[in-house]
Amino acid sequence: MVTLEINGKSSQLDVPNEMPLLWAIRDIAQLTGTKFGCGMALCGACTVHLDNEPVRACVTPVSAAVGKKITTVEAIGEDKVGKAVQQAWLELGVAQCGYCQAGQVMSATALLKSTSNPTDDEIDEAMSGNICRCGTYPRIRAAIKLAAKEGTK
Amino acid sequence: MSQESILDLPDLNRRRLLKGVGIATGLALTIGVNGLVRAAVEEPKKYGGDAMPGGLKADVLVFVSISTDGIVNIVAHRSEMGQGVRTSLPMVVADELEADWERVKVVQAEGNEARYGNQNTDGSRSMRHHFEPMRRIGATARMMLETAAALAWGVPISEVEAKQHQVVHKPSGKKLGYGELSAAAAKVPVPARDKLKLKSSAEFRYIGKQNTRNIDGQKIVTGTTHYGIDTQLKGMLHAVVARPPVFGGKVKSFDASAALKVPGVMKVIELQGSNLPPLFHPLGGIAVLASNTWAAIKGREALKITWDHGSNASYDSQAFRKTLENAARKPAKAVRNNGDAVGVLAKSKQLFSAEYYQPHIAHGTMEPPAATVQIVDGKCEAWACVQDPQAALNTVAGHLGFKPENVKVNVTLLGGGFGRKSKPDFVAEAALLSQAMGGKPVKVTWTREDDLHHDYFHTVSLERIECALDAKGMPTAWLHRTTAPTIASTFVENAKGGAPFELGMGAVNMPFNIPNMRVESPEIPAHTRIGWFRSVSNIPHAFAVQSFVAELAHQAKRDPRDYLLDLLGPARKVNPESISDSWNYGESPERYPIDIGRMRHVVELACQKAGWGRKLPKSHGLGLALCYNFVTYIATVVEVVVGDDGEVSIPRVDIAVDCGPQVNPDRIRSQAEGACIMGASLTLTGEITFKNGVAQQSNFHEYQVLRIDEAPREIRVHMVDHGLDVPLGGVGEPVTPTIAPAICNAIFAATGQRIRTLPIRDQLKA
Repeated sequence: MVTLEINGKSSQLDVPNEMPLLWAIRDIAQLTGTKFGCGMALCGACTVHLDNEPVRACVTPVSAAVGKKITTVEAIGEDKVGKAVQQAWLELGVAQCGYCQAGQVMSATALLKSTSNPTDDEIDEAMSGNICRCGTYPRIRAAIKLAAKEGTK
Repeated sequence: MSQESILDLPDLNRRRLLKGVGIATGLALTIGVNGLVRAAVEEPKKYGGDAMPGGLKADVLVFVSISTDGIVNIVAHRSEMGQGVRTSLPMVVADELEADWERVKVVQAEGNEARYGNQNTDGSRSMRHHFEPMRRIGATARMMLETAAALAWGVPISEVEAKQHQVVHKPSGKKLGYGELSAAAAKVPVPARDKLKLKSSAEFRYIGKQNTRNIDGQKIVTGTTHYGIDTQLKGMLHAVVARPPVFGGKVKSFDASAALKVPGVMKVIELQGSNLPPLFHPLGGIAVLASNTWAAIKGREALKITWDHGSNASYDSQAFRKTLENAARKPAKAVRNNGDAVGVLAKSKQLFSAEYYQPHIAHGTMEPPAATVQIVDGKCEAWACVQDPQAALNTVAGHLGFKPENVKVNVTLLGGGFGRKSKPDFVAEAALLSQAMGGKPVKVTWTREDDLHHDYFHTVSLERIECALDAKGMPTAWLHRTTAPTIASTFVENAKGGAPFELGMGAVNMPFNIPNMRVESPEIPAHTRIGWFRSVSNIPHAFAVQSFVAELAHQAKRDPRDYLLDLLGPARKVNPESISDSWNYGESPERYPIDIGRMRHVVELACQKAGWGRKLPKSHGLGLALCYNFVTYIATVVEVVVGDDGEVSIPRVDIAVDCGPQVNPDRIRSQAEGACIMGASLTLTGEITFKNGVAQQSNFHEYQVLRIDEAPREIRVHMVDHGLDVPLGGVGEPVTPTIAPAICNAIFAATGQRIRTLPIRDQLKA
């Protein structure tokens, strides 16, 4: 049994220590907002926050998450910055298929929490680990800038 | 399922086996079963949505229901994969219905084409085919509500008007809400089609505007949508499958003992492979079923399998390129021949030729294929991310030995489609595993490795074009040999040579003003599953043709835009049948002729907006490409910068889009942006190679797709306005094929280096 604190709620999950956090979240805790895309930390679809830091859940063993606050896309809107990111995403119609957007929103929120007004290079640096096959990158960039502006109001 | 006439079919559907193409309207003599000769009037040839399986349906009682609380439920019968169709089609209904979008709920249809009409969400057809039926549905519902109100008030129908979710009695100002009227409206006779009063364009509230929120947007950003991979059922088993590494291979023997010891693994099941052609059959292999996905993956790693690799074990991309080159350099079957290209080429002193290669590419949808199936009391129910739910239903029924009416396919959101999820092999896998487990719910998840190794790949191709030139450098003869394994091989064993729908994607239907035009299609075998990828054969064809035109312009020392416009010739309408295109995207050649005026206009518009001819800094270049595809006209100008290190970056792209009337302009823009980035991705890095029959790329470190730092920085979409007198064109695909040639032409302008092999990768690096 492993005790994980997901979105402010403590749960006992019957999973081995080495199970990637992604599958514990999706299959066991049944929070499916966090997505599987590659299993090798190559695409960012599984991005969650561990104590506010973005991590790729597909390569993070549950043991590394014990005692930390896990935040997934389902709860990121409770955060002021996360909410501003979601609003900017809707405002600019970023999503197409939407599958990668949970990870994009989580990475963008983490970026804006550490860097309130990121440059294009900082956006590239923070977001290049998140693949979007639909090609929403120009709108993601614009939405991050919009959230930066709105979030500071 | 018989497949014999697939090559004649305007779409890739396996259910319609009529030899539909080429049947003329008129009298024909037929011999009846009683031997009597009788005259029969044949049906006129059908086009567009009418020619698709299931046709077009506009039954208001099927598509619209209104709750007493005023919520208007509208059925979305096509699959959402990012193109916005779950918003756009119901939005058309809502507009005609005068429904308040905030009080509209969209209900996703299950697979049932007899009920909903065609659902195969493919070929950039959703809005093109279903705009009119959706308008009629909305108008029908509006008129029924108005009639119900008029009856309730005892006033003439001419005195009432539906407006934003209520019917108003104009003289008195009395109002009744849609919720209040719903029960009475349901009892009103459905008005006949010829009595429907559609809105004028000026009356549209949502169509052509950008004021409707995306129906799934909020759920997407909060992670509360349901994709195929997200299905959770009580007692569900999670499965992954070890499939034959080589297409056509089989399991020789396997040892599951170690796999069964992995905690969480519950069962190992052999899935039978299928005979050729591949169709939508599962590939076979060994399935591991477990209590969670990760245990299934670990269990699969522990399997010991000996494979019989079969006859494709020598498929090698390097060697195959030679096969393609050899074929492209020899005469082959003509699929278009206007004038005498061969004779003119033989006599001409001014010749120019070039060859263009594109490798296989994989769709790489961010959501890999995934499906869940359970069987209860002889009824099978599936939840799956499928573009073609009816094909999924038929495939599942076939494999289970069930009657179609005992199979239900629920369509989830699709995390990307691009053509991959038209093929429901993964749904059949889940169905077979559920059946093997006594009907228990089973979810099959494809890992990224599975997805890249076992795709229905975009074909590999070698396009060779030869030209004879006059004194001014204009072609007098054009010979295009399009050399590629065909998609038809997925449906017909050993099919070779381009199918009409492939040749009609920018090979035969190039309407250049050249007196002698010939297109040949050598016969090339397929050694893997070939499928369709967003804009399909237009990608290699446009890459070759639009690059070649720019090369000719350079030879002639002319501006590439002016040269292209001269090659198109004066504005005119070309009947596609006159240039051997019997397909024309399934559309009527009269209603959808190839309009050279519209081609010229998009070229001029893209160039004007891009500042064609402007002075550029060193190592910058502008490149142009035109592609008419899915009855839409696209021209793109790309600006590139080639760094000293040979690194290509794309600061700006200008895309001119003429897709006829625009229904949801923001989603047209987003599709253009996305297709541009997908096109840039396949140009810069997209490649699947085979060695010993096995796809060599396993995940995104090897199959590289564009990331935000590499993507075009600014994409400007310029749309051509039209009224409803012009028929709709496709939107989801058409921009894709313009990108590779525009990038390569821009690189030539910047550096003088000509790229003829995709992807570019490090070709520009010293």
